Amino acid sequence: MDATLLRVRNLSVTYPSDTGDFRAVRNVSFSVGRERLGIVGESGSGKSTTGRAIMGLVRHPARVASDEMMLGDTDLRRLSERGFRRLRGKRIAMVLQDPKYSLDPVMQVGQQIAETHRTHLSSSRAAAKQAALEMLEAVHIRDPERVYHMYPHQVSGGMGQRIMIAMMLIAGPELLIADEPTSALDVTVQSQVLSIMDELVRGRGMGLILISHNLHLVSSFCDRVLVMYAGQVVEVCAASRLGEAQHPYTRGLLAALPELGRRRAELPQLQRDPAWMEDIATPLETPALGVGP
Amino acid sequence: MSIVLEHVTVSYGRGAKRFDAARNVSLAVAQGEAYGLVGESGSGKSTVLRAVAGLIPHAEGRVALAGQTMGKARTTAQRKTVQMVFQDPYGSLHPSQTVDQILSMPIAIHKLGNADRRVAAALDEVGLGPAHRFRYPHQLSGGQRQRIAIARALILEPRILLLDEPTSALDVSVQAEILNLLSRLRREHGLTMLMVSHDLAVIAHLCERIAVMNRGEIVETTTAEALAAGDVRNPYTQQLLRSNKGFDASGGELDLLDAVPIR
Repeated sequence: MDATLLRVRNLSVTYPSDTGDFRAVRNVSFSVGRERLGIVGESGSGKSTTGRAIMGLVRHPARVASDEMMLGDTDLRRLSERGFRRLRGKRIAMVLQDPKYSLDPVMQVGQQIAETHRTHLSSSRAAAKQAALEMLEAVHIRDPERVYHMYPHQVSGGMGQRIMIAMMLIAGPELLIADEPTSALDVTVQSQVLSIMDELVRGRGMGLILISHNLHLVSSFCDRVLVMYAGQVVEVCAASRLGEAQHPYTRGLLAALPELGRRRAELPQLQRDPAWMEDIATPLETPALGVGP
Repeated sequence: MSIVLEHVTVSYGRGAKRFDAARNVSLAVAQGEAYGLVGESGSGKSTVLRAVAGLIPHAEGRVALAGQTMGKARTTAQRKTVQMVFQDPYGSLHPSQTVDQILSMPIAIHKLGNADRRVAAALDEVGLGPAHRFRYPHQLSGGQRQRIAIARALILEPRILLLDEPTSALDVSVQAEILNLLSRLRREHGLTMLMVSHDLAVIAHLCERIAVMNRGEIVETTTAEALAAGDVRNPYTQQLLRSNKGFDASGGELDLLDAVPIR
């Protein structure tokens, strides 16, 4: 069986502006299998736009172009808005940064989870509620019956993000894109939310794309890492070997991080080389990893 | 001692509804020292900073700055000795004022005079040129805005600089620039710094002594060296240390994740 869930070749996203086109994403190629793929970069590197382009969430007037964008045997390039609506939540799901903004503030959280189930699986009200309660339990919420009837303002950040994960996974998607899923959470809660996400993603044999600016987090959590700079993938490496990264940008970022136990009078500041902005002649690509369930 | 807090409690509400945001906090920071407060949201670290700045009154205890005990209301001269830099440079600068207006305001309030020269010197101090002087905040990058916020704090020539998560809204490469700037300013002006952060590596980079806060109280005081060596006693500090290293597969205790009670 082919382990590749998503294959993207030469993806570009261009925003037209008065001063000429702005290329937010340039010739990005990658494949995702049943693994945890990290995308790191600073703000404006195009990491979130890449995730949104896969979800079909990049709107007019921006232009999305690619040579290939396949989710299993579905060609995402040919998909209409209607087609994407059927796909989102059912086959690819996305967890965003702050649950405060991604949950509907005037709807009970359980109902929001059940709604996803009903929409995609055309289930009955009772079956959807049952599934939502089971899902809440799966994200380690102790009293699902009580939490089901709570409103978003009544739950903590970590709990809100687990509710989001429950909502995103209830229809059984193949791929989860998590865009800075723990950046709004306290550090001690981060690991717990990630372990719950990891447990579910592995258990279901799903693929995960984790988009983050946090180098430590990505290198300790993911299997593989793409490093993006100015819209391009400048480096691909095994997450555990991020410390041995070759590209001067990745090296510069790692050096600029303050480190416990290695106090330096001055932190080396990243010297940006204009050459990094130039188009890379042969975009990097590595085959997907097939991490079995 | 530049900053002395003795049994400081900050509370909101009265009677049964009273909530202590910071409880019985004591610390002393010497002139020229950088002291760090770490903890998570709701731990009371920003509350302590605000009480030192005089932005909120403290209910109990004593706050003394540069040898003077602070009363209920502060004099202009007292306010001048303590300045603060906030977390989000997008929120802390007035969007419809130019950099020049932003930096001239404190000079006018404190009647210092020589505004033109002072603004130019402050911009130079934070590594920005005259080219930035008549721009609006939206024409500046995040790092440049934070430099303006630092310049605004420095323009009154304070003895004490309070830093509330000064780099957490910035990219890693910009964070390094701002941290280097703060180290240099501290060295050159002999500034006393009290810094709040949730990032142990950032705080240990700038500060020698560090207090760990949880639920409004200081649970442990330690040093940057002890943190680096993992030599901490409090279980909460130990967990904070593990979490700061990235993804912690052990997961920690799930108790922390529980819902807030319905009020």
